[in-house]
Amino acid sequence: MAEQDLYHRHLISMTDLSSSDIGQIIETAKVMKAISERDVKKTPTLRGRTVINFFTEPSTRTRTSFEIAGKRLSADVINISAAGSSLSKGESLKDMVYNLDAMKPDMLVVRSGFAGVPSMMTEWIECPVVNAGDGRHEHPSQCLLDLMTIQEKKERLEGLKVSIIGDILNSRVAKSNMIAMRKVGMSVTACGPATLLPVNIEKIADKVTSSLDEAVDGADVIMALRVQTERLERIGFPNVREYSKLFGLGLERMKKAKKEALVLHPGPINQGVEISPEVAEGPWSVILDQVTNGVAVRMAILYLLLGGGLQINE
Amino acid sequence: MNDLLIKNGRVIDPANGVDGQFDLLIEKGKISAVKKKISDGSRKIIDAKGKWVAPGLIDIHTHFREPGYEYKETIETGARSAAVGGFTSVACMANTNPVNDCGSVTEFILDKAKSALVNVHPIGAVTRGLKGEALADIGEMAQLGVAALSDDGKCIMNGSVLRAAMEYASMFGLTIMEHADDSAISQNGSLNEGEVSSDLGLTGAPAIAEDVITARDISIAEYCKAPIHFCHVSTAGCVQLIRHAKDRGVRVTAEAAPHHFSITEDACRGYNTNAKMAPPLRTDSDVTAIIEGLSDGAIDCIASDHAPHSLFEKEVEFDNAAFGIVGLETSLGLSMALVHGGHMTPAKLIEAMSYKPAGIIGIDRGTLKPGAVADVTIIDPGLEWTVDPSKFKSKGRNTPFAGRELKGKAIYTIVKGKVVSKC
Ligand SMILES: [Zn+2]
Repeated sequence: MAEQDLYHRHLISMTDLSSSDIGQIIETAKVMKAISERDVKKTPTLRGRTVINFFTEPSTRTRTSFEIAGKRLSADVINISAAGSSLSKGESLKDMVYNLDAMKPDMLVVRSGFAGVPSMMTEWIECPVVNAGDGRHEHPSQCLLDLMTIQEKKERLEGLKVSIIGDILNSRVAKSNMIAMRKVGMSVTACGPATLLPVNIEKIADKVTSSLDEAVDGADVIMALRVQTERLERIGFPNVREYSKLFGLGLERMKKAKKEALVLHPGPINQGVEISPEVAEGPWSVILDQVTNGVAVRMAILYLLLGGGLQINE
Repeated sequence: MNDLLIKNGRVIDPANGVDGQFDLLIEKGKISAVKKKISDGSRKIIDAKGKWVAPGLIDIHTHFREPGYEYKETIETGARSAAVGGFTSVACMANTNPVNDCGSVTEFILDKAKSALVNVHPIGAVTRGLKGEALADIGEMAQLGVAALSDDGKCIMNGSVLRAAMEYASMFGLTIMEHADDSAISQNGSLNEGEVSSDLGLTGAPAIAEDVITARDISIAEYCKAPIHFCHVSTAGCVQLIRHAKDRGVRVTAEAAPHHFSITEDACRGYNTNAKMAPPLRTDSDVTAIIEGLSDGAIDCIASDHAPHSLFEKEVEFDNAAFGIVGLETSLGLSMALVHGGHMTPAKLIEAMSYKPAGIIGIDRGTLKPGAVADVTIIDPGLEWTVDPSKFKSKGRNTPFAGRELKGKAIYTIVKGKVVSKC
C-alpha cells in the first residue's frame, strides 16, 4: 500500500473529505480489519505514539472502539472522561487543552455534547484532532464505518439508494452520512416525523418523506436512527408507541424492502422502538458488522493521520 | 326507493357556480341530477318554490360534550339540534372527559356518531389532556379519521409546542384550529375589557389577548408552511392580521361565530350570564370588522361554537358562570341577517356555511354536484320566527337570543338523501 497521502491534519467533518479520501480510508480500513482477524491482533505501527481519548460525553462503544484501535496499532492510549477530569473542577476547556498540549500527545480523539468543540480544539493543540462525535454536528468515524460496511457488502457505493429513518434533526450520524453519501454518489432519502427533520432538509437530502413505506420501498440501504429521547429539545412525537407504529422498522415494513437490502443502525438500539428485534437480528442486518468495522476504520484514521507509512505491509 | 325530487327551488351551489331555479333529483342517497325540469315520476316530491336549495350546512365548531358531560349534551341530542338548525355535518371539539386525545376516545365518538341524525366528525386534541405540553396521539387519531386538531377551550400557550404540533399534524394533512387567547393577558376575564366590564365591576379580557396569539400563530404557520385555522375570531385586530396574512399567502383560515357579529358586550349588562362566552362579545367596531371580513373573505366561514350548558352552570355569579351558548339552532337565522342587510349575497353566505368549512376540515361535502352525497338543506329565506329556548332540541337552554325575531330558517334538512328534520 502506498505511503499515506491523506493530507488532512484533522478529521472534524465529512465536508473536509473528498470522495477519494473516503475511498482511501475504506481501503486502508480493510487492511486493518485483517489485523483484527489474526490471533495476535497487534502491529507495532504506532509504537511510541500517544493517543488521548478525551470524552466529555458518556460513550461506551465509540470510546472502546477508539481505544482498541489505538492499542492494536501499539499506541499508548490514555482515556480522559469529563467526570474524572479537571473540567469538573471548573477548569476551562481551553486551559485543559493547553495543558494536554504541553504533555506532547500525538493525537487527540474528542467526544463532546457541544457542537464545534473538536474544531475549536484544533486551534489550541499542536497534534491532529479526531472528532468522535460533537453534539448535533457530526460523527465522521461512525459515518466512515457505515460506508465501509455498505461497500463491503454491496461492493460499491455509487448509485446506491439509502434511506435514513428517524430523528434526523438531532442525529450527528445522519448529518455526516448525508454529506458523505452524496459525495460518493449515493442518493439519500430522509424519512422521519416532520418535527424531527432539520429546516434545510430539502437541501441536504435528495428526497424527503414522512412515509416509512415510501422510504423502505426500493432502498438498497436502510439506516434506522436511535430515538434520542434524552436529547429531544422539542416535543417531536406523542409517545414511543405511536413512533414505533409510524417509523418503527418491523418485519411488516421490511416486506416492502428489497430482499438484499441492508439494515444499519448506529446503536445503541432501542429494541422495539425504531427497530424490531426480528429486523435487528434478521437477514438484512449488518449492525454487528458495523461494530467490527468501527475498529478497523478507527485504526485507519489513526494510521493515516499519524503517518504510519509503509510499516503496515511488512 | 328513497328517491326524492326537489322542484322549483333556487339552487345555490357556490362550489360549482350554480345559482338559479332548478330541479334537483336525489337517487340512492346521491345527487343524481340538477336540471331545469325533471319529470315527476312516482317519486316523493318537495316543492321548493321561493326557497333556497343549498348544500347541507356544515358547522366545524361544536361541543357535543360526550363522553363525560352527557348532562349538557350528547352526540345524539347535539346531532338533533344540528338537524333542526339545517346542519348536515358538524365537527365536535375534543374537550370532553376524557379528552379526545387518543384512539380509544376517537373510536367511542365515531361509534356514537353512527346512529346520529347528521354526520358527526370528531376533532382530536392537539396536546394530551389539553394541557399544552406533550402532543396527543395525533397519528393514531388521524388514522381513525379525526377531521382536525384543536385544544379549543384552551389556547396552546407554548409556541414551541404549537410549532411541533403543526409540523407533526402536517404529515397527516390535519389542520390545527386555534382558540387564540393569551391567558396571561386575559387573566380570568369573563367579558370584554372595556366600558361594560368597568361599569359592571367585572374583570375583563382585552382584545389584545386574542390579537397577540393570532399574530404569533400566523408567524409560526408562515415559517412552518403549515395551515392554521382560527376559531371564533372576535376582534377587529384579528380580522386585519388574518387578511394581511392571506394576502401574502400564509395558509390561514378563520371562522366567525354568529354571536360575535350579531351582538356586543352590552348584552352582558344586568349580569346576563347567557351573554358570557369565550372569546367575549366585543364592541360595535369589532362587529363591523367581522362582517367586513365575512363579506371580503378574510374570514372564511361561519361556525356556531355550539356550547350547551346546564342551567345550574349559568344561574350563578357572572364570574363563576360557564362560557358559551347554544349555537346550532340560531346560527342560520342570525347569519341570514347578513344577507337581508346586504352584507353578503345568498351564494356567499351558503359558501361560508357549507363549501368553505368542508374544505377546512377536509370532508368531501358542501357541493351539489351530481354524484355527491345528497346532503341538502332547504332554506326559507323569508320565514320569520322567534327564538324560544324551551323548544331547542339541544339539552342546553343558554342563549342570549331568547325572544329575538329572526328571518330565515332551514325547513328541510336532508342527510344522505333522507329527510332528518323538517318544519
Ligand atoms: Zn374556543
